[in-house]
Amino acid sequence: MFRNLMAGVAVGLLLASSPASAAEDRVVDVVAPFEITGLDPAKSGDVFLRMRIVETLVEADAQGKPAPALAKQWTVSEDGKQWFFTLQPNVRFHDGSALTAEAVASALNVARAKPGLLSKAPIEAIAADGDAVVKITLSKPFAPLLAFLAESRAQILAPASYAGAEVKSIIGSGPFKLTKLEAPQSLAVERFDGYWGAKPEIEQARYLAVGRAETRALMAESGDADYVFNLDPASRTRLAKSDKVKLISVSIPRSVLIKLNAGHPLLSDVKAREALSLAIDREGVATAILRYPAAATQLFPPSLGIWHDASLSPLSYDPEKAEALLTGLGWKKGADGILTKDGKRFALTLTTYPDRPELPLLAAVLQEQWKEIGVEVTINSTNSSEIPAKHQNGTLELALMARNFALVPDPIGTMLSDYGPAGGDWGAMNWVNPGFQQALDGLTRIADVSQGETLRRQAVAAIQADLPVIPVAWYQQTVAVSPKLEKAGIDPFERTFGLETMRWGK
Amino acid sequence: MRMILNRLLQAVLVAFTVGLLTFIMIRLLPGDVAYRIAAGRYGYDVVDSAAAAKVAAELDLNKPAIQALGLWLYDLLRLDLGTSLVSGEPVWDELVMQLGHTLQLAVTAIFLSLLIGPPLGILAGLNRGGFLDRGLMLVSTALRALPQFVVGLGLIVIFGLMLNLLPTAGHTHGSHLILPAVTLALGLAAVSAQVARDAMVDVEQSQFYRFARTKGLPEGQVFTRHGLRNVAVPIVTYLGVQFIYLVEGVVVVESLFAWPGIGHALVHAIFGRDVPVIQGTALVMGLMFVALNAAVDGLCYIIDPRRRDA
Repeated sequence: MFRNLMAGVAVGLLLASSPASAAEDRVVDVVAPFEITGLDPAKSGDVFLRMRIVETLVEADAQGKPAPALAKQWTVSEDGKQWFFTLQPNVRFHDGSALTAEAVASALNVARAKPGLLSKAPIEAIAADGDAVVKITLSKPFAPLLAFLAESRAQILAPASYAGAEVKSIIGSGPFKLTKLEAPQSLAVERFDGYWGAKPEIEQARYLAVGRAETRALMAESGDADYVFNLDPASRTRLAKSDKVKLISVSIPRSVLIKLNAGHPLLSDVKAREALSLAIDREGVATAILRYPAAATQLFPPSLGIWHDASLSPLSYDPEKAEALLTGLGWKKGADGILTKDGKRFALTLTTYPDRPELPLLAAVLQEQWKEIGVEVTINSTNSSEIPAKHQNGTLELALMARNFALVPDPIGTMLSDYGPAGGDWGAMNWVNPGFQQALDGLTRIADVSQGETLRRQAVAAIQADLPVIPVAWYQQTVAVSPKLEKAGIDPFERTFGLETMRWGK
Repeated sequence: MRMILNRLLQAVLVAFTVGLLTFIMIRLLPGDVAYRIAAGRYGYDVVDSAAAAKVAAELDLNKPAIQALGLWLYDLLRLDLGTSLVSGEPVWDELVMQLGHTLQLAVTAIFLSLLIGPPLGILAGLNRGGFLDRGLMLVSTALRALPQFVVGLGLIVIFGLMLNLLPTAGHTHGSHLILPAVTLALGLAAVSAQVARDAMVDVEQSQFYRFARTKGLPEGQVFTRHGLRNVAVPIVTYLGVQFIYLVEGVVVVESLFAWPGIGHALVHAIFGRDVPVIQGTALVMGLMFVALNAAVDGLCYIIDPRRRDA
């Protein structure tokens, strides 16, 4: 009997492991770290958007400017409070139903009742205005609305996707349609032949969420994956030498920042914050840990075009000046090299999170560099949500974080939520600067890029001078692409993997 | 019959204890639950106090602990494990899918380990002090000492990259099963080979085994008639213990190979404070442990006739 059982299992094993030649099929295997935590666009909407299953009303072009998507064009009333979006004609969802203004309005109303940037826009009502026009009424002029509508969480699903406010299935209108979903790890798509826009050449693709960076890199190297998103620094260096993959890098609108509690007794003086900033060898940090020359000289990287001010004097590394500043504030080094004043030590806790593996490493380097100037820092590497939680209960001292300024293509969205009058969970804390607030407020009224120039410079300079956050480094995104795939690229705004433009080489 | 009743009682006790313990432990973990769930749902770019407030309101997180525990127990009596706080899917549906993947992995690993470990161990035991015995000791100690993470990466580098024979990670084809299963199997085999070797040495030194040889039976017959059954009992008993190693192993191996199983899900559920998923997973694992022990007892009962008289 035992022998029969063994034979049975052996046969089963053989059947289960029938080799399928992954390399030869014409399915693009996309691998990225993002797990599919649920169908709701508020949870994993970015994955559905990146796979081009769903679309938004407004897209972003390569410079981050608003571009037509499901909305063909738009107009705004004189007072800036009423927006009219004319929909593309003849758009069908993957279930065959037509895109109507009614469907768009109800999708957006569901989206803005959930966590997301849209819920923070001053929207009074979203309603259909006839069959092909969506009307959005605002309580005050708000130029960043276009960028907010481009956010992945503002995606438009077919009416059949919803049961009340809950999303039961993903029926989009994008060039690819969802054929299989195995949350949290994988999904499969195939080309949607009824797509209204340019038809992609790729016929099928798969998405796999792989949390471990080393596994992702090995999948790229072995040819198991055709498009691998987000490589860790060590793997990137190794893969650059391999001829089995092509590496593509692009600077992205994401910065490593130190958030400071400007209301903390040790940090309330801007000179103390400046001293902490001067003690950071940004070039060294970037080269040693991120392994690319990406030391931040100001908050926004050059890739953010209009928000980067090349004329601003850069943040520099000068530990001696840092020590002098702290001495000027009355701090003296004790026997153990740590600064003290009135019997109190200059000791702070730095909160960070390991979701981005480079952050705890960076924290350790910062700890060393601050020790040089007599500042004692304890690292608390924990869940990312501790930063907003400690911001709210006021116990946060320092936080090291990687902030994405392109949650919507225009950083103004992130700026408003992070540096508004009351500060922000992922931005300023107990920082007051009326001039900055006026500039930010002014920017929400001005749609024209050149008109906002002065205000933007004013805002960026205020952050550079007051240091409510200390910029450390700018990010680069790297993908590893199979040499068999042509026209693959990276979208700096992380809105698409580029399936719609890729094609297989001959 | 009494054994089965005992095991059933044990299962109920395990279910209750596991539910209570996980509940208390999760409550004791530091950090605000609503924030942790929001981070699990929406990711680090989006989690903020507004999202946490919406989570707290939606899930009614501020109800008293005793009430929450009571609700869970009541639902459990109705065989309802609740819905995941992160994904919003029924816990039962998620468990069935993940458990299926994990069982596929675990059963394959156990089977492979049985093919590798005990035969090598028995051979080594029969040739005590020989080349195989010493080599096996070295290799099995090394394999047991190395973290599965390292063994798995090593296998990926050898079979995925250098030889390009097997896919590295994923779960679309059957061949994706091989490397994670072998990683687990090597760790299991390292132990079962040692157990088999020691059992074989004991049996070989026993009087009945020596007598069988003395009465002139060929070596093969001595082993199949007098050795195999006696060696099998400790090996099978040890299988039950190895389940613990498997539980620890699937957590690591599933993450490394992007295998959508229960271990991987458990880690994420703990990060995201997904209480119903943690409770459901712990419950299923606890019950599996009871079932496995019952199966081991049953097998030993069949193999070892002496137990039937007792």
